[in-house]
Parts: sequence; C-alpha cells; structure tokens
Amino acid sequence: MSATPQAQKLFGHAEENNYLKCSSGIKSWLFTLDHKRIGIMYLIGVTVALFLAGIFALILRSELFTGDENFLTEAQYNQMFTLHGAIMVFAFIIPSIPAALGNFVLPMMLGAKDVAFPRLNLASFYLWMFGTAFLLTAMLTNGLDTGWTFYTPYSITTTTAVIYATMGAFILGFSSIFTGLNFLVTVNTMRPKSMGWFKLPLFIWSLYATSIIQILATPVLGITLLLLIAERVMHIGIFDPAYGGDPVLFQHFFWFYSHPAVYIMILPAMGVISELISVYSHKKIFGYSFIAFSSVAIALLGFLVWGHHMFTSGQSQLVTLVFSAITFSVAIPSAVKVFNWLATLYKGSIKLVTPMCYALSFIFLFGIGGLTGLFLGTLSTDIHLHDTYFVVAHFHFVMVGGTLTALLGGLYHWWPKMFGRMYNDFLGRVGCFLVFVGFNLTFFPQFVMGSRGMPRRYARYDPEFEIFHQASTIGAFILGIGILLAFGVLVHAVFFGRKIGGNPFGAASLEWQSSSPPSFHNFDHKIHMNAPYDFGAMVYDEEMDTYIQRDFVTPESPEVPAAEPTKA
Amino acid sequence: MSTVETTADSHDEHDDDHHDHGEFIAHHFDSAEQQFDSGKLGIWVFLVTEVLFFSGLFVAYTLYRYHHPEVFVDASQFLDKVLGGINTVVLLFSSLTMAWAVRAAQLGNNNFAGKLILITMVCAAAFLGIKAVEYSHKWDLYILPVSYYNYMEGYHPEAETGGIAGALNISKWLVTLSMLPLLCLALFSAGALFMAATGKRLMAQFMLALAIMMSGYFVGAFAGQTYQNWHEANLAAEEHAGDHGHDDGHAAESATAGPDSTSERPPQIGVFFSIYYCMTGLHAVHVIAGMAALSWLYLRCLKAHFRPDYFGPVDYVGLYWHLVDLIWIYLFPLLYLIN
Repeated sequence: MSATPQAQKLFGHAEENNYLKCSSGIKSWLFTLDHKRIGIMYLIGVTVALFLAGIFALILRSELFTGDENFLTEAQYNQMFTLHGAIMVFAFIIPSIPAALGNFVLPMMLGAKDVAFPRLNLASFYLWMFGTAFLLTAMLTNGLDTGWTFYTPYSITTTTAVIYATMGAFILGFSSIFTGLNFLVTVNTMRPKSMGWFKLPLFIWSLYATSIIQILATPVLGITLLLLIAERVMHIGIFDPAYGGDPVLFQHFFWFYSHPAVYIMILPAMGVISELISVYSHKKIFGYSFIAFSSVAIALLGFLVWGHHMFTSGQSQLVTLVFSAITFSVAIPSAVKVFNWLATLYKGSIKLVTPMCYALSFIFLFGIGGLTGLFLGTLSTDIHLHDTYFVVAHFHFVMVGGTLTALLGGLYHWWPKMFGRMYNDFLGRVGCFLVFVGFNLTFFPQFVMGSRGMPRRYARYDPEFEIFHQASTIGAFILGIGILLAFGVLVHAVFFGRKIGGNPFGAASLEWQSSSPPSFHNFDHKIHMNAPYDFGAMVYDEEMDTYIQRDFVTPESPEVPAAEPTKA
Repeated sequence: MSTVETTADSHDEHDDDHHDHGEFIAHHFDSAEQQFDSGKLGIWVFLVTEVLFFSGLFVAYTLYRYHHPEVFVDASQFLDKVLGGINTVVLLFSSLTMAWAVRAAQLGNNNFAGKLILITMVCAAAFLGIKAVEYSHKWDLYILPVSYYNYMEGYHPEAETGGIAGALNISKWLVTLSMLPLLCLALFSAGALFMAATGKRLMAQFMLALAIMMSGYFVGAFAGQTYQNWHEANLAAEEHAGDHGHDDGHAAESATAGPDSTSERPPQIGVFFSIYYCMTGLHAVHVIAGMAALSWLYLRCLKAHFRPDYFGPVDYVGLYWHLVDLIWIYLFPLLYLIN
C-alpha cells in the first residue's frame, strides 16, 4: 500500500525504516532514547500494573461477595485494598495516559522528532520501574495497610512496610515530574514556528495543563513523604502528635498534591476524548478555545480545593466553607468540556467504531462521576456520605469510567499508528460494551449502598447490603473480562491485524502524516501544516486505502493525480 | 481550509541536512538556539519544582513558629550566628565565581571558566566543612531532633581522650562526619597520581581538582573548629571573670542567659531542631549534588567543550547553584537570626 510513490511522497518511505524495526535486540529497547519506544515500554509497564492491581480488586470483590469472612482476614483485607489503591494511583493511572500515550503522540502532534529531553524521558521510565519495584517490595515484605493516603499518625505506628511504599511513591513522583517537565518544555520549544498556541490539538493542551500540575504539585508530595519517612525513622515531631506534631498538617500536605493529582489523572483523558469525538464525528471540534482554556482552568482551580478531602478532619469551618465553594467552581470548566463535546457530536457524521464507543461511554460515565462529586462537595451531604461507598463509587466513575475508558479509547485510536495494523473492530466494540456494562454494574450499586450508610474499607457488612455487594462483585468480573478482551484484541492486532495506511481515520492532526508505524525520525518528508480539526482538508484515497490531503489532489482531476501507477 | 506550507520551517529538514549541526547539538533539535532555549526553560521549571520541594518545610516552619514563637526565639540562640554568617559569605562568594564562570564559558574561555568553577567547588566543600563543625557541636550537646533531644543546661561534653578525636581535641562526631571526605580526598589524590603516572594528563588534572575540592572541606572544618575553640575559651573566660555560677556552655550569646533561662525549656524546642536539621540537611544534600554537577562542568572545561554558541550546561548548573545559594539566604535569617 504505502509502497507506491504517491504514498512515499505523502507518508515517507518508512516501511522498512520504522521505529519498531530500525534496530533490534533487547538493548535497543532498554537504552532507547526514542519517545515512541519509551511510550511503548511505559504502556507495557502500566498495563502490567493495571492487571496486578486489577487482580487485587477482584480479590477484594470476591471477599465482599458475602458479609462474613470468606478467605481474607480483616488484616489481609486492609493490605489488599491499600495495595490496590497505591498501585492503581501511583503506578497506573498517573503515568497511564501522559507517559504512555502522551509520550508516543505528543512530539508527533507537534511535528517534532522527539521530546526536548530524551534522556530525561528514559530516566523517567526507569524511575517508574524503580518506584513500582519499591511498591512491590512493600507488598512482598510486610505489606501495607495504611490506605494509599498514608495518613498519620497510623502510618507512623503501623508495623507494615510504610517506608518501602513511601519511597516507591516518592520515586514515582519524580518520574511524573520528569515527564511533566519534558512535555512542558517540548510544547514550548519544539513546535514548528507556524504552529501557534491555538493551532495545537486539544490533547496537547490537556497534556500541557497536566504538566503544570505535575510540576507544581508533585514536589510537595515528595517532601511530605520524605518527612513521613523521617518521622517514622527518628520521630521528628512534625506530624507525630506524640512529639508535638500535627497529623492534620500531613493531610493538608498530602492533599495539596493528591487533589491536583486527581486532575493529573483526568485531564489527559479529557484531551483524548476531545480528539476522539472530533475525529469520529468528522467535524471540527466545537468551542476549541473553551475546551483549551477549561483545561488550564481545571489545572489552576485544582490547586485551591484540597481541603474538600478534609471536611471532617476538624479544620476551621470558615476554611471548609471556602473550600466547598471553590470545589463547585471546578464543575464549570468540566461542564464546559462536556457541552462542547455534545455540541461537536450534533450533526456530525458519527462513526460508531471502537474508539468512539469508548468516547461516548466516557461522556456518560464522567457525567455521572462529575455530578456525584457535587454531592460530596456540599457540606451537609458530605457529612453523611463521607467515607462511605458513595465516595468509592464517585471516584471510580471518574478514574475508571473516565481515565481507563479514555485510555482504552485512545489506545484503539492510535493503535494503528503505533503498529501499522488494524484491530478487529467488532470484538473491540464487544469489549467496550462489556467494560461499560460491567463497570456500571460494579459501581452503580455502590452509590446506593453508600447513601444508605455502607462505610468504605470495611471487610464485613450487614446483610441488608448483600444484594448490592453481590451485584457489584458480578459486575467487577464482567469488567475484568471486558478489559482483558479489549487488550486481547489490541495484542492480536499487533501480530495478525490488517496492514493499514498512514491515516485510516481521516484525522487532521500532524501525527497522522507519518507512515504507520512511524519512521525512527517520525517524519521523513515535508510536513503539511494542517489545522488540527480541519477534516475538510482530508480526502479518502482508494488506491492507498487511506486519507490524504486534499491539496495533493489536483482540482482538475479530483479523484487521483494523473500518472498514478497501478496498485502495487 | 487553512493549510499552510511551511517552507521556511526548519522542522522540515531531512536527516541528511544535519551536517551543519554542531558537535553537541542533539539530533532532535534543529539549531543550537532551540537546544539552548529548551535547556534554559527546562532548568527554570526544574528550579520551580525545587522551590516547591522546599516549600513543605517552609510551611512547617511557619506553622510551628506561629504556634510557638517563644520556642523559636529561644532555640535559635543555640545556633552560631558567626559560623552561619561565614557560611553565608562563602556561598555568596561561590555564586559570584559561578556567575563569572558562566560569562567566561560564554566567551569560550574554557581555561578561566574551569578555574572559577574549581573555586566554586572549593567554596561548596568549605561550606559543608563549617556545617559539619556546627552539626557535631550540637550533637555533642544532645541538641537533636525532638525524639532524641536531651540537652541539659550546663552540660559540657567530656573531652575526648582516645583516638583521633582525642589527639586533635575535637568532637568525635566531627571525626565521624569527616571520614567520608577524607576517604574521597585520599581516593582522588591517589587517582591523580595514578593518572599522572600513566600519562593521562587530563584525567590527572580532573582528579587533582576533585582532591582540591575535598581539601576545601577540611579548610572549612579547620576554620570552623578554630573559631569554635576560640569562642568556647572566650565564654569560659567570661564565666570565670563574672563568676556567675550560671554555666551557659553552648555557643550562644551568654548575655541572653539570664537567671530565668536555666528553668525548664518548653518540650517543643526539639521540634525547632527537627525542622532545623531537615531544612539544613536537605540543603546540604543539594550542595553535594551541586558539587557533583560542578565537577562534571570542570571536566568539560578541561576538554574545552564550551564556546560562544554552546555554553548551556554552565548556565544551567549556574542557575541551580544560585538557587541553592538563595535557599541558604532564606534559611540563615529564618533559623539563625530570630530576634
């Protein structure tokens, strides 16, 4: 297909020179500075973390199938939910979209050869490996039972391996900072001069906003965890009330990072959805600048709302009131995004392929996740709902229904670019359906039981909650099968998928101008500067089975340029 | 339709156009300027993360000082303003030589830049030497983080009788702290001799510079200890002359040691020292990291890598070094100069 001279002119001649094949051997991967390979390695890493923590989740749900002890003691249950949370948050969700998808796509969207600091990029990946290894060490030694939040004073007194786990989170934090720093500088300095801020794809905007949060919030987590380690090792009395310290200060420090971190998790997902909705509606994104600025607004407002995690911690009532008010204001930019996505869909020519199915399910699930957040931001209702399954359901709707769904959608969207092969769209949609159904079955009952008073993090419960827990457990297994199927379809495509041209979906952003898979230097040819959502500039070419720029088709013969050789 | 042909855009270069790239321009940058701008923005962003990294400690400081102002006033008397002041001057001077080194590298004068960087390295090590004297003196007096804090009014540490500490009449803690620098000094000196013997002139010179840097530590420690001894002797003489009977052996202004100050100190005083050790300790770690970075720069100066269109690394490390200096500029008054 792309062997024709026409294709070479448009997509480069990278068939034999692509980044997957340009060098081989394990060292060519482990020491690579190529952002695409680092992205793939990150993807493999975070997927392993996802499956590991996912297995923990299934164990938890199986234990909760009945209210009595099935196979986990209370202590084991505590360890299990802590590790599920810690690995999911620090090792999976935070690096998932930025470090895996973003690494692959961001430089290509900018038409650049690589990120600004390739060695830092590789260092970030190895820090991720080390950090995750520390978390696993904690799991394999004494375990960890503090919850992923490491709240003092319990984290100072428990006998479990808090130091390994906090070291792990500390190192993962620096991995995240390096990625953010790299992306921020890359967007600033590696763009073509003709690509202004408002010609950037929205995924870039969201990654940029994410980078700001990673840079500004993560160091605070770093020092907090260091102080926690110092507190455990030699009781410095900053967080330990036994020595005059203030445990609520730890909560402030922790949430000063961890609330913005929630936006590290969701903003890149929103960026992915902006791309998917627009491409598969084949329609210019509605309200480009509103979506762009809402990303930045969410990033900045995210720094001002950490106290809403601490409504019941005994902070002053005035502060609580202010945090509640600012929390509501975050709903505005989030809603702006949802409205713009819906407006983009309106009268678009919607293609219900797998990535679009994920995008639509994202809008639905994120809508529920976001709106239930308002119940938790409201002071009076939060007192009732605090530390119940309502909270669990809320953040799983945003983190899993939001971020994981967007990750899968993004993977299906960029997979043909990454590996040059098409997946089985039918099985992809089946996977998406299973994920959607399984997810709702898992977490919707949790809203109900939470509002009826089922507390989170309990290994045992009263019989009246059994029906909800059982629905939830069944849902969790369906969700697990769905995710497994989704990844299975992708992996199958790498080896057996139909080979595909450079731009199979008619997307207009620059990464689709490279061959699939891209060459080592991303673009072997002159880049044609498109506006990222100008789908009118793209026209389908049957000869090459891919979309090409309309400019290359001469006005006289709108089909194919003259002197076209027959299909090779 | 808004497609724009970017003929002027340097991004569109083909790979074979890379022959005009300088020796140190990474392949993914189009020009030396783009590389420099990226590095500069990168280091500034990194400095922002550093500031935020320290911010947690500054917030903890603010909070505890707000709640216990009297503890902070009292506790800071234990910190020696003179040693802290000398260290401030040392770091400020090192910032001067660093800035000068950036200029020299910018002019392509690798030789001079190298010398200035070496002076900066020596200052950094001297800073740590003086810091070691301060730390060891406090450890002698059991002025430690809160859980180990056990200072008693009028306590004088026993003079060391045996070993190196006894021979030199210094704290055993100072001997312990100085072991690693001593080992490094020995290794670097031996390395320099070995490299010189095997004819590797450049590496010999580099090792020699590292050894000079490490000896800076001992210069600092010696100067600090000399001052410390002189100060102790002064205090002792004053006590004898005044014959107060109040034994205020620590390194503070004895004038503050009124009759009331012998009473029980508040229990939170240890928290001040927790914060003190965390802040100055973290700062010291940054100084050590700076020494490593400066050494790397020195080696590159020896190899004459820098020239007017490529001096980025000196600039970036310089900025980092100024930040390390600046943090100390904040720590010094916040910890030493209360009241």
